[in-house]
Amino acid sequence: MSTVSNEIESIEDPGTPAHVARAADLNPRSEKRAEQQVAILFALSGVGSLLLIYSYIFIPDDIFIFIPVMGNQNAHQLGLGIGMAMSLFFLGMAAIHWAKTLMPETEVVNHRHEFRSSDEDRAEFVKTVKDGVAGVQLGRRKLIKRSLAVSMGLFALPPVLLLRDLGPLPKKLLETTNWKSGTRLVTDPGDRPILASDLEVGSVVQVLPAIEGHSEDSEHHERPLKDIAKDPVLLIRLRPEEFNLTPEKLAMTHEGIIAFSKICSHMGCAVALYEQQTKHLLCPCHQSTFDVTRGAKVIFGPAARPLPQLDITVDAEGYLIARAPFNESVGPSYWERNSQ
Amino acid sequence: MTTGEKRIGAAANFVDERIGAAGWVKKSLNKVFPDHWSFMLGEVCMYSFIILLISGTFLTFWFDPSQREVIYNGVYEPLQGIEMSAAYASTLDISFEVRGGLLMRQIHHWAALIFMAAIVAHLLRVFFTGAFRKPREFNWILGILLVTLGLVEGLFGYSLPDDLLSGTGMRITSAIIQAIPLVGTYISFFLFGGEFPGVGFIPRIFTLHVLLIPGIFLAVITIHVMLVWYQKHTQFAGPGKTEKNVVGHPILPVYMAKAGGFFFIVFGITAFLGAVASINPVWLFGPYTPGQISAGSQPDWYMGWLDGLVRMAPPWETHAFGHTVSWNILIPALIVPGILFTGMALYPFIESWITGDKREHHLLDRPRNVPNRTALGVMSITFVLITLINGGNDILAVAFDLSINQIMWFSRISVFVLPPLAFIITKRLCLSLQRADRDLVLHGKETGRLVRMPSGEFVEVHEPISAEKRWILTSHEQPAALEIEMVDARGVKRPGTLKNKLRVRMSKAHAVAVPKVTAAELKEIEHH
Repeated sequence: MSTVSNEIESIEDPGTPAHVARAADLNPRSEKRAEQQVAILFALSGVGSLLLIYSYIFIPDDIFIFIPVMGNQNAHQLGLGIGMAMSLFFLGMAAIHWAKTLMPETEVVNHRHEFRSSDEDRAEFVKTVKDGVAGVQLGRRKLIKRSLAVSMGLFALPPVLLLRDLGPLPKKLLETTNWKSGTRLVTDPGDRPILASDLEVGSVVQVLPAIEGHSEDSEHHERPLKDIAKDPVLLIRLRPEEFNLTPEKLAMTHEGIIAFSKICSHMGCAVALYEQQTKHLLCPCHQSTFDVTRGAKVIFGPAARPLPQLDITVDAEGYLIARAPFNESVGPSYWERNSQ
Repeated sequence: MTTGEKRIGAAANFVDERIGAAGWVKKSLNKVFPDHWSFMLGEVCMYSFIILLISGTFLTFWFDPSQREVIYNGVYEPLQGIEMSAAYASTLDISFEVRGGLLMRQIHHWAALIFMAAIVAHLLRVFFTGAFRKPREFNWILGILLVTLGLVEGLFGYSLPDDLLSGTGMRITSAIIQAIPLVGTYISFFLFGGEFPGVGFIPRIFTLHVLLIPGIFLAVITIHVMLVWYQKHTQFAGPGKTEKNVVGHPILPVYMAKAGGFFFIVFGITAFLGAVASINPVWLFGPYTPGQISAGSQPDWYMGWLDGLVRMAPPWETHAFGHTVSWNILIPALIVPGILFTGMALYPFIESWITGDKREHHLLDRPRNVPNRTALGVMSITFVLITLINGGNDILAVAFDLSINQIMWFSRISVFVLPPLAFIITKRLCLSLQRADRDLVLHGKETGRLVRMPSGEFVEVHEPISAEKRWILTSHEQPAALEIEMVDARGVKRPGTLKNKLRVRMSKAHAVAVPKVTAAELKEIEHH
């Protein structure tokens, strides 16, 4: 294999250029000036430190000053920041200016050596290692070799096992939500049940499952965030003739009211954008777009499945309730999910 | 001897008699560092890391890494009385009630952005100049490790405040983990301490963010810098500079003063940004709740390209035997980045396999003189830029009144078309620049002075370039392509023919060059 072309005809290296003296090296006045410049830079750094101390102690944090371009700025925050920036920046400038104008700046040449060790060193190294390995006698002592292998294998398990209690096992948790047959739909926020007749055509409401045993007037209740990560549902009312659904999905609606999980089937973001004109739901994270009239079918973006639809109806008092739980997992896909 | 000198002497004696430091310190202080503006990029990485350590330590004094629900009753009125995690509440306290707290938070965030930007710039410098070649492959791989760690550390860092924006990022992170076949759900449950968002996540990533990952960072950065020290810095070609030497300033005093000063300048600029440029104003986003989202959700820039990839992925999922495989998540979020980072880490070995060059290299390449490598680099940058643009497609659509679907389709198509195009164009440009170098050496530089000849013809006067410049433009090697015998002496085909054919082809592509000016050519033209 040839790798390098012959370099017989290269132009000659003119060699390291001669050192060019700086103004401060030749002229005492330039030298004096450079010295003063460095001193001024150090002084500016000191001014910055003082500004920081002054701002910390004397400027209250509720004073705003108008600065062109930047608008209204908090004087305390600005004083602290500018003071700190000055104290650091000019310290650095002073050191560099000092180095560049006054410190000796002749370039030096170091030599490089190949990193490869000498053949003797290598041979000695190999011998040392070989002798060491031979001393262990693994080849001869089969019993030790095997028991070592077994114990090393077992040794690796406890560290993994010790992490087991980081969390519960997934079990069927990802498949379940708080929606059960007969659960009332309540507004989020507000926790008010919804009369089907109160929903106007074109309206959108975010709902959660009513918490059992929870009365309407109690202000606070516990809704764990993990439930809010699965339960939210969007309620949309269209004119019934606007739907283009399979009979089963149509049966899950109630007089033009359709309910979808608000948790994106792609990566679990809240599908929060609804376009009235096109009747599309859009996820702000990755722009998956779902067509409400066709059962939240994916019409654009990376999501692969429609948003799960909740089967709804009304109870005796006319309030909206779930007729059945979700018939599939809400949210993003996972290995154990049965999507058939 | 002055008293000062005596004291220093005594101290030095004390240390040297115990650890024999004078020998190796003397040797280290004689190290020479070549000067070039691009060598500062690595320094910016290290300095912003130190700034991150300092500002981060300050923040931990007040930050409460807990998902315990509290009712906020601090000074920020719009959020008073609202339920939120202690992590978010303490972030608000740092921002509004600790003097200098907001400044430190903003310095910390700006320093993180600068850290990642400097790492990328440093990586590109090392790549385009060929500084990763033998003997520096280890340091290249450590660098790839550092940039990968930086992505994770940054993601964890901006997730800690537990605001609506970062919580959405965590929701996406959990979905990516869940998408891993077989074990994904389990890893997600263990990491979050149960179903998303769980209760353990903030305290756990806090430990990782402030202890484990910075510890690994410190160790790897130390090895990275020690290797630079031990192997001596690379240098650009120039008069008097060879593969056998290194020309520059000694560590004392000039390099030390410049590098030390530069640290304070980087810190000063970061502090200035923290003072005047608001970043991650978490109080505007509100506390995290999975049922809400803010429009225009954007990660920090270094994660934006990954988000852009996820956005442009086709809606593919496989359902079989009761299991689901989400290709729409696995491909963009794990497989493509995995291939990219592995390819990056292996590149020094791939290039050396293609060229057959196993020698040490201490002189840097001018990017134009290695068109294939430069083109590959520009191709990769193009790829990342397109994905980054797609990561901000919602912002772009609003800002320029465009259709988001059109931007997405533009990205989906151009992510396949533009990178190869960038490769071809860059390669052509490199060869044109080589040609321009050749012309410059042969004919000198244009002066802009027009002279009228006695015959009435106008010509432009060319001035010969200096000997130094001529050396810089002609001192590089122009290796020939590999030649591998496909059949042995007895006419029998050698094993691995396909591999060898590929290698020869790539080597040929790698060796394409405009012949550089030789001494003979120059002599000939001087005679005219």
